Amino acid sequence: MTDTTASESPAMTLSKAAPKEAPLSPRQAMVRRALRHRGLIFGALVMGIVIFIALCAPLLTQYSPYDQDLLARMKPPVFLGGEPAHWLGTDALGRDFWARLAYGARISLMIGLLAATISAVIGSVLGILAGYFGGRVDMAVTFLINVRLAMPVVLVALAVVALFGGSLMVVVSVLGLLLWDRFAVVLRAATMQVRKLEYVAAAEVLGASLPRVLWKDILPNVMNHLIVIFTLEMAHAIILEAALSFLGLGVQPPTPSWGLMISEGKEMLLFEPWLITIPGVALFFLVLSINMLGDGIRDVTAPEGRN
Amino acid sequence: MLLYILKRLGLAVLVALTVSALSFSLLFMAGDPAISIAGENAAAEDIAAITERYGFDRPVLVQYADWLVSAARGDLGRSWYFDLPTTEIIGDRLGVTMTLGLLAICFALLLAIPMGVAAAVKPNSLIDRAALFISVVGQAIPSFWFGLILIVVFSIKLGLVPASGSSSWKHFILPTVVLGYYATPAIMRLTRAGMLEVLSADYIRTARAKGLAPRKVLFKHALRNAIIPVISLAAVQMGFMLGGSIVVESIFALHGAGYLAWESISRNDLPVMQALILVFSMFYILFTFLADVLNAWMDPRLRVG
Repeated sequence: MTDTTASESPAMTLSKAAPKEAPLSPRQAMVRRALRHRGLIFGALVMGIVIFIALCAPLLTQYSPYDQDLLARMKPPVFLGGEPAHWLGTDALGRDFWARLAYGARISLMIGLLAATISAVIGSVLGILAGYFGGRVDMAVTFLINVRLAMPVVLVALAVVALFGGSLMVVVSVLGLLLWDRFAVVLRAATMQVRKLEYVAAAEVLGASLPRVLWKDILPNVMNHLIVIFTLEMAHAIILEAALSFLGLGVQPPTPSWGLMISEGKEMLLFEPWLITIPGVALFFLVLSINMLGDGIRDVTAPEGRN
Repeated sequence: MLLYILKRLGLAVLVALTVSALSFSLLFMAGDPAISIAGENAAAEDIAAITERYGFDRPVLVQYADWLVSAARGDLGRSWYFDLPTTEIIGDRLGVTMTLGLLAICFALLLAIPMGVAAAVKPNSLIDRAALFISVVGQAIPSFWFGLILIVVFSIKLGLVPASGSSSWKHFILPTVVLGYYATPAIMRLTRAGMLEVLSADYIRTARAKGLAPRKVLFKHALRNAIIPVISLAAVQMGFMLGGSIVVESIFALHGAGYLAWESISRNDLPVMQALILVFSMFYILFTFLADVLNAWMDPRLRVG
């Protein structure tokens, strides 16, 4: 963000001084649109805060997310009359809630990023191949997409985690292997459009090899779709991990996962509702910010297709 | 039309077969199934007896073919936990899930279509922005958390509806809201986009020009055309919802098929799990097939594809 603002200011003054003589380059125009897009700014800001908390968790709290203190169980947060030592209170085992929340951000972000990366690779390869070759390749990929869509994600993920045990790796792999459908659908359509353009034909005529055409001509031109879907699927994976952990078949205790925190707080729902409210609100804001970031990127890179 | 339906049907059957193979292979993914039935520390004779009884020593392909043939006859194996046919166990529970799915999709449609229409009639107005806001926020709320919050507010604080169980219609209110709101944003966006497109069409201008009442133009001419893709989306969403009902059912302890899935996992009851994955997939395939046919029937242009 700091980088873009720095390059932005000369463009702004320039366009103010001489609006007609200095047309903005596409990149400058995009940066201007980005800075005016409130959803994008909000999403980037909130996500930046969550990433900061995740990275600097050890600096932000003196407590470990695992240390139990049975003499300080279920202390309420400061705004409900608690002590400043545990400003978000403690859970049923006396673990500092803020420490668990901060370290939990690492789990959520890591699972979201890794799962979305796996599915991005699978989905983009399938989608680009289908869109580029068409014909039988396309039929085969479309068939695979249909099969994937027919499998109930939560159910299959639960079954696999139950069979292989709930480690971070298993959760990431199963989500990554299940969430590639939207990548494939969107990149297939996008590649079909790009494939018809002249520069692709030109590259082919010039004798560019197939990998080169796909890598240098197709991929960069479907990249904006890829990034948008990446954010959406990252949010999707984060929510699914939380749901799996909530059902007891995701990341296993005592790992600080937000879904697990909600699940543990469920027992005390009646008396200490903040135990589920705090991780739930955190989850909500993280997913909201990722989605708004994705929507913002889509609006900024393709302003004509907004509705 | 008939050719189109046959093509779609063929595709649906192929997808169903592939899914069935995948869900069958689940049984073998985690190692020897005989050991998972008997337990880690079982005696060798017990394991041998179980292998013998279930025929695990035969080639996997033979077992799959066997399973497929009996599945086609409506026999999806026996539960390891209850020692009853899985179809019987699932059949008992499916009614609740289907009721929940239908209620949820109705709830979503009743909420999303009016909002989408209102948003499209006045783009960028307050209503449009509110609808967009609701859909963006709605997509970010984790359903299990939303369910718990509803329980806290409406069951515990206000005491209006029961928090868990499935014995009366009141038990379905909160689960319907939780499951239904999930499908609302997508349906609303599609309604809005469809209405925007239709409202700028020539025949709408004609209808307005000849002095038809605005309400009539909106509902009789515009919505009728915009609603076609929405209905097919609703069918697909219904398929997704049945698969997603597991989370909602386990929060509210609704004794449906989703809750059964969760129970089966904790009981290590693989055949029921397998059968449930298959049943939910089949529903999804059936709903998307019906949506395709419905679409083609209502919009002849699609029949070519």
